[in-house]
Amino acid sequence: MSELIAAVLMVGGTVFMFVAAVGLLRLPDLYTRMHAVTKAGTLGVGLLLLSAAVAFGSVSVTAQALTALLFVLLTAPVSAHMIGRAGYLGDAALWEHTVFDHWEGEHETLRREGEEVPNQADVQASNANDPPASAT
Amino acid sequence: MEVANGPLLWASYLTLAVLGLSIVGALARVFRGPALSDRVVALDLVAYLAVGFLSTYAVVAEEDTYVDVALVLGLLAFLGTVALARYIERVRSGEALVDP
Repeated sequence: MSELIAAVLMVGGTVFMFVAAVGLLRLPDLYTRMHAVTKAGTLGVGLLLLSAAVAFGSVSVTAQALTALLFVLLTAPVSAHMIGRAGYLGDAALWEHTVFDHWEGEHETLRREGEEVPNQADVQASNANDPPASAT
Repeated sequence: MEVANGPLLWASYLTLAVLGLSIVGALARVFRGPALSDRVVALDLVAYLAVGFLSTYAVVAEEDTYVDVALVLGLLAFLGTVALARYIERVRSGEALVDP
């Protein structure tokens, strides 16, 4: 019985993995491709590791598989966020039929964390002047 | 331990074949991808596919050490992706040098 469950989980994970690879090849720009790859990262890897855990049926392999799964689930959003941000700020063009681009035409005004932004410096200077005036 | 026989054996062989084909497809995107970030995303998928491949091969070979290998591979793939994303941002802000 557990063998059948493991086989079903395995085939399910394989389907997700294959769909992700097809999406990576067929979709038009970086962001839609990331949308496809994320499915492989969570559902594909998750189902395949669970299937290995069910197939072995021992405590140690289940612990190993769950640890690997937990690690992938924790790190996949972080790496996806970083590579999406780097691509947007860097060299990845949006698809020509993209409907909405929040920072359209303002790529050069976006700053990395810690970089100086002239307008905010003025705002902070005026804020620094305020508290003494209110204290007196 | 009778892990691989009957339906599980055939599911494992199917999975290994499909994952191998998918790795070839993802590598095609690595070579083709117009931007560096496209290639990094494709390498990310290659790493995920390899993790799935290793956990399936653990079932076929009845050897649970491969699950540990999959865990370590996932860890290294995360570190590589983060390093390359940092590199792309540094190129954009002019801190890192690129080939002309």
